[in-house]
Amino acid sequence: MTYIAKPRLHHPSLVKNKAGFTRRDYEGAVSTLCAGCGHDSISAAIIQACYELDILPHQVAKLSGIGCSSKAPTYFVGASHGFNTVHGRMPSVMTGANLANRDLIYMGVSGDGDSASIGLGQFAHVMRRGVNMTYIVMNNGVYGLTKGQFSATADKGSISKKGVANSDSSIDMVSLAILMGATFVGRSFSGDKHQLVPLIKAAMDHKGAAFLDVISPCVAFNNHPGSTKSYDYVREHNEALNRIDFIETREEITTSYDPGTMKTVQQHDGSILRLRKLGEDYDPSDKVSAMKRIQEGMHAGEVVTGLLYVDPTPSDLHANLNTVDVALNTLNAPDLCPGNAALDKINASLR
Amino acid sequence: MPQAIAAVNDFVVKFANVNGSGSASANELFARSILRMGVPVSPRNIFPSNIQGLPTWYEVRVTEKGYLGRRGGGVDMMVAMNPQTWAEDVKEIEPGGYLFYDSTKPMPSSMFREDINVIGVPLTAITNATYSDPRQRQLFKNIIYVGALSVLLDIDEKEIQRLFGEQFKGKEKLIDSNVKAMNLGRDWVKQHVDPDLVKLKVRHADNVGDRIFVEGNSAAALGAVYGGATVCAWYPITPSSSLAEAFQSHCKKFRHDKETGKAKYAIVQAEDELASIGMVIGAAWNGARSFTATSGPGISLMTEFIGLAYFAEVPAVLVNVQRGGPSTGMPTRTQQSDLLGCAYASNGDTKHVLLFPEDPRECFEFTADALDLADRLQTPVFVMTDLDIGMNHRLCKPFAWDENRVLDRGKVMTAEDLEAGKTFGRYLDVDGDGIPYRTYPGTHPTKGSYFTRGTTKDEFARYSEEGAVYVRNMERLQKKWETAKKIAPQPLRYSSPKPTRFGVIYFGSTSPAMDEALDHLEAEGNHVNALRVRSFPFAQSVEDFIHEHDRVFIVEQNRDGQLRTMLMSEYTLDARKLVPVLHYDGTPITARFIATDIAKKLGQFKVVSFDKAAS
Repeated sequence: MTYIAKPRLHHPSLVKNKAGFTRRDYEGAVSTLCAGCGHDSISAAIIQACYELDILPHQVAKLSGIGCSSKAPTYFVGASHGFNTVHGRMPSVMTGANLANRDLIYMGVSGDGDSASIGLGQFAHVMRRGVNMTYIVMNNGVYGLTKGQFSATADKGSISKKGVANSDSSIDMVSLAILMGATFVGRSFSGDKHQLVPLIKAAMDHKGAAFLDVISPCVAFNNHPGSTKSYDYVREHNEALNRIDFIETREEITTSYDPGTMKTVQQHDGSILRLRKLGEDYDPSDKVSAMKRIQEGMHAGEVVTGLLYVDPTPSDLHANLNTVDVALNTLNAPDLCPGNAALDKINASLR
Repeated sequence: MPQAIAAVNDFVVKFANVNGSGSASANELFARSILRMGVPVSPRNIFPSNIQGLPTWYEVRVTEKGYLGRRGGGVDMMVAMNPQTWAEDVKEIEPGGYLFYDSTKPMPSSMFREDINVIGVPLTAITNATYSDPRQRQLFKNIIYVGALSVLLDIDEKEIQRLFGEQFKGKEKLIDSNVKAMNLGRDWVKQHVDPDLVKLKVRHADNVGDRIFVEGNSAAALGAVYGGATVCAWYPITPSSSLAEAFQSHCKKFRHDKETGKAKYAIVQAEDELASIGMVIGAAWNGARSFTATSGPGISLMTEFIGLAYFAEVPAVLVNVQRGGPSTGMPTRTQQSDLLGCAYASNGDTKHVLLFPEDPRECFEFTADALDLADRLQTPVFVMTDLDIGMNHRLCKPFAWDENRVLDRGKVMTAEDLEAGKTFGRYLDVDGDGIPYRTYPGTHPTKGSYFTRGTTKDEFARYSEEGAVYVRNMERLQKKWETAKKIAPQPLRYSSPKPTRFGVIYFGSTSPAMDEALDHLEAEGNHVNALRVRSFPFAQSVEDFIHEHDRVFIVEQNRDGQLRTMLMSEYTLDARKLVPVLHYDGTPITARFIATDIAKKLGQFKVVSFDKAAS
């Protein structure tokens, strides 16, 4: 970590986005994570994604659990409210927050200990409820803050820094998210900004439960030979299926592509995801084949990355509950309190 | 044979049934018909943690004087409809009391008692002769016994008919068939039973007034609607489930947009209690009023989050419908045994605001108040009801609402405040009452954002483990606690007509039994002043009350004297001064128990006064 405070003043030549903010306006406090930590790269990718999406910084709500990953929301989009909740329980707090105000953009940041171990139950349920959010797991397969214990995503046979082999099966977060009903599921690598930034943008644009499993090597406790979550291992075994080139809203298509190199997914709100095919023909809107491809990759020891599954017509919790279009936290007594005349009738019915 | 019990508008009838047999609505019909005659009743469900086939009882106290607590002792009449529990049911009848049973099958005389009066009505035979459908046979048998009892006890049949009319409004066929069943019972009794045999009678009176007859859980749920709750997250647990379900049905009625049909509320049945309180906290952090309903084991699961809400200062309302503990305990029995578990829930130095409603009316009032208090104090607030209030119909004052009441959202800084240059420190005590200002997420593009966390922080929400900063924050929380004492519901005092050195403190569902016990004590010349505590932290008047008396009885429905422990920890007191009166077998406390126990203890203390003995 660095002890040098960030300068308050920005360089005047920094380019503003359509919302009138520079990239630096989406930054947060200086990171206190270890130098080289993958999590910082993910924070940088979130900053870049928010900047490119022209989001108003204060319209983001950042929620996290406990652990190294859960400290990360301090390091991006400083102008937004953040909530560092309790270990493994961020999903429920995010669900409640989302119910209260459907208009904000919800960003959940968690780790593999927080989401796959102590918080596995809440992780599953937030996906099946379809909370409109972007849920990022910064996945390093290890407990950092408590100094190097295996997490539940550590692969069986992976070697710890102390030389012990993990004997338990690992939990594959992307498979689980798809099974539980997440409508946008991707995996990426903290070291691959070109794949990660568009994935985050697409996830934030998605109107439903979006989940990203980002392999993020722990330089302190899980970056040694024998680990399956090290920079070297992930680079060697990364099997990228696609890369999102851009999300097209209703703008005119200006770029032309060679036929056969692109895959497009038209979403319910009219936007189109353009995916650059990388090697194989892969249809992320087909849930069954997505599951099959992920399992095949696991079997072959690959880290399959890219947009793995997307439901182009997602539903979300508010739609399921048929809530009013305005945020519930804006309703006041006249909307909520039935008043005295109604109470008289109730009293009369109870005699 | 002792003399047959004779009483007008003052007796106890108990129904012994098999659960799942449809008896509940017939028994409620019985109770309501007496109520309609202007005679107060107090019914109680005594039921198992089971769906079908196990014994269940419904005890109705008919009480012209309006004593709504459980009377205690045996029952005056047993309606024995369950062969499984026959022996213990017969045993429970007071000498000279009455046994009403289905006499279709002959029973050996050894099955009865010589000191009771027996009324056998061949219910099954009548039913089978009239109905062929098995479901009809089961349901109408219940109505037939209500009809039979109406003749024996002089219950006005017109009131029963009127209740059928209201219950099955617009379904003439159902009304007719129920009236027919009732008359089958009435006619048989008129033809076969001596009208003077049963000397328990109901007479028209005018003692009900404008009171309403409602369950506490439904009332609390209505309080949440009136109090402006928009988010409810819950996990099913007896005896609180019907509260969340009632919230759902009230909302269906009152909270849908007339044009679009869309809901102005969100109810989530969570995966467990950890998630339900997490959702409540998330919603409240984001500016919506939210609550959960649960019972003891649920509170145990929620404690980590309760600590977060206390320390991060996020509002939360928890309605705890208490049941018998510890652990799974007695899920379908009542207790007041979660006081300590709620008052000091979670690790570290924590304490929480508790409200103690005495009946459904206060369940309504306090749940609405709790939503205001939680926003005002930015902390968890518990409404400590229990199974006795929550799951039984109780006669109480009608619900009232001040039309001009606004939702007190507490100290919230708006975009205009921030724009005007007001200093925002999330944990800064601006007004000297220990309560800081908060902002809702998304308020202002550049000002007022902060990080909410369970770790220590300074006045501006910046992480800090510095000792002085930590102590400052803890002391401010203590100041907020002092503020809570002034704004939570204040205690109510009932003074004896004669001066006395003795006092009694009680709370919650003990109230009706205590009202009656005070009358008994007074009648016997045992004068005591009474104080009903309605919230924790305790108001100053609680301490004053204790100091005013030599001895103060603390009446509670738990083993360990939990309220007494809290009083001991809040005040500097001689432990001998607070005398526990404890009832905790899972049944509601009775006036007889309270009056007897206090009278016995008073006898010992009256020898020499405490002050003299101590000096």
